[in-house]
Amino acid sequence: MWGDWHQLWEIVSLPDNIPIVALLFLVPFYAWFAFRQARRTDKLIDQLTADPQLAKSHHRKIFPWKTGWDREVHVWPYLMRIEFLAAIIVTVILTVWSITLNAPLEEPANPNLTMNPAKAPWYFLGLQEMLVYFDPWIAGVVMPTLIIVGLMAIPYMDVNPLGNGYYTYKQRRFAIWTFLIGFLGLWVTMIIIGTFIRGPGWMWFWPTQTWDHTRVDFSVNRNLYQVLPFSLFVPDNFWGRLIFGAIAVGAYFVVAGYLMHRLCMLTEFSRKLYSRMTLLQIVTLQTFLILMLSLPVKILIRLLFRIKYIWVTPWFSV
Amino acid sequence: MPEENGGKKSTGLLEQIRQEVKALPQVLKAKGKEELEGLKEPEKTQLFRSIFRVKHDDTPRSRALGVLTNVFFHLHPAKINRDAVRYSYTWGMGGITFYLFIVLTFTGVLLMYYYHPSKVQAFRDILYLEHDVPFGKLLRNMHRWAAHLMVIAVWLHMFRVFLTGSYKRPREFNWCVGVILMVLTLLLSFTGYLLPDDQLGFWAVTVGTNMARATPLLGTEGPFGQQLGMTPFNDVRFALLGGSIVDANALLRAYIWHCIAIPIIASVFMGVHFWRVRKDGGISGPAPVMLESEIKEQKGPRPVIMKPSGTQ
Repeated sequence: MWGDWHQLWEIVSLPDNIPIVALLFLVPFYAWFAFRQARRTDKLIDQLTADPQLAKSHHRKIFPWKTGWDREVHVWPYLMRIEFLAAIIVTVILTVWSITLNAPLEEPANPNLTMNPAKAPWYFLGLQEMLVYFDPWIAGVVMPTLIIVGLMAIPYMDVNPLGNGYYTYKQRRFAIWTFLIGFLGLWVTMIIIGTFIRGPGWMWFWPTQTWDHTRVDFSVNRNLYQVLPFSLFVPDNFWGRLIFGAIAVGAYFVVAGYLMHRLCMLTEFSRKLYSRMTLLQIVTLQTFLILMLSLPVKILIRLLFRIKYIWVTPWFSV
Repeated sequence: MPEENGGKKSTGLLEQIRQEVKALPQVLKAKGKEELEGLKEPEKTQLFRSIFRVKHDDTPRSRALGVLTNVFFHLHPAKINRDAVRYSYTWGMGGITFYLFIVLTFTGVLLMYYYHPSKVQAFRDILYLEHDVPFGKLLRNMHRWAAHLMVIAVWLHMFRVFLTGSYKRPREFNWCVGVILMVLTLLLSFTGYLLPDDQLGFWAVTVGTNMARATPLLGTEGPFGQQLGMTPFNDVRFALLGGSIVDANALLRAYIWHCIAIPIIASVFMGVHFWRVRKDGGISGPAPVMLESEIKEQKGPRPVIMKPSGTQ
């Protein structure tokens, strides 16, 4: 049933979903806030690049500056008053929030009564959503590990010396796009899907569509070797599946690696950066980019072609 | 004999005492006035000086010392970049995260007074908190919402640090510490989820720890797990839960992780994080913009991990 606004309101107003509703506003606001400053900085950069004489005398910030002003201010009171104010504001918000909304408490834990849908805490819903597209060992273990290691590797892979300590877009296009796709496009979006879209049986329910507990998903997922044209020549036996899967995954790595390489060579500036990278940096960056891309790719081939696995082996499936 | 002498003396002493008592109101008044005058300037008392050590007058030196000689404030430098106090640059998210950690520690300790991590008691304790403990409901609400807010603040902090390129040299390592702190924040929140011992927490933790079953090599259902002899009774999920199902042991383990182990680990990392902010030269900006023409040329490729800091 469509047009079920009541249920939508129930989902949105669920106390535990308030953080995600807040996220819906906070993340775009701060993204806008950052990019407004980045645009102003980029304008200044253009100006200074065009006029080397000005670049020598300008104080190189978007903030007002007059000669004679102190470059530094006292922490007391100029910083600490802000900190105290922030603490007070956060306390007020938290108190009002805690008075108006109660923390959820369900029935006592009962192993014999399964919750449907059984959802992880909202900040892990991205991982739970990944379970649709990957086996648990990838979605629950490998991907989180890759996210953590990948985040920690960022400063060692990013050789761009520009944009250190100020908002800019033009000087760091590639880095910013990668992060935005990862953070907004994958992480936050999947949390929002997991919260608002996924219903009983972890099935896809559009907003205002009633959560039907009796709905059955009749779609049949197939593996890549069972799909035309591959089904014509891939023998459906152990070695056939193993070798075909390995070739398919290998082909993905080659194609994705090539595309990523082209992307890294798109502009003259990025080619310059590329030439500054060591082999280890290039290989690490490529690996993380290819693995990150594998998530949207897997989502697309699942949703468009209903393909479950690319590579089927007795020990694991990808 | 002593009586005579003593008698004479005692009359003199009595007289002396009488006069002193007579004069007492005057003396006390004068003394009291003096003390009261002193109270108008409490910063000059010995008590005050023993606590605060330095003079507080309106001089730059005094302002700097006020920050540097205070154990709670000395995390700050005395002076900072004039634009660094702008909200538009930092969004204040790192500080808000730390403040929320303090709020959570405070409310968490209070909650611990009412909570038994046992299957028999845990759920009843929450009901007791909600219905009978004065401000118990408010306490629990604050703890939960502060936890959610902290997760959001951590993410926004990371977002800001990325967009300002603040992870770049010399702050690479502190970014890594920050990533670990973010993971610890999520784990803190997740371990707390089970503690009310209700359906919500139970199934969330069941879903979460079922994934551990699929850990490659170390989980019974993970790739090559069974080949390595993993069963539901010796794999990594068993270690997390203290059993093969989410039950009393899992509750106790979640409790210890949540209330003791992770907060201690996180505190250590926080100490390192804040210390490194200072040692890496304070917060990253707002820094003067650097132009493309100012990038220094490299003298041939070198392994960057080994490159001495400070070189481009």
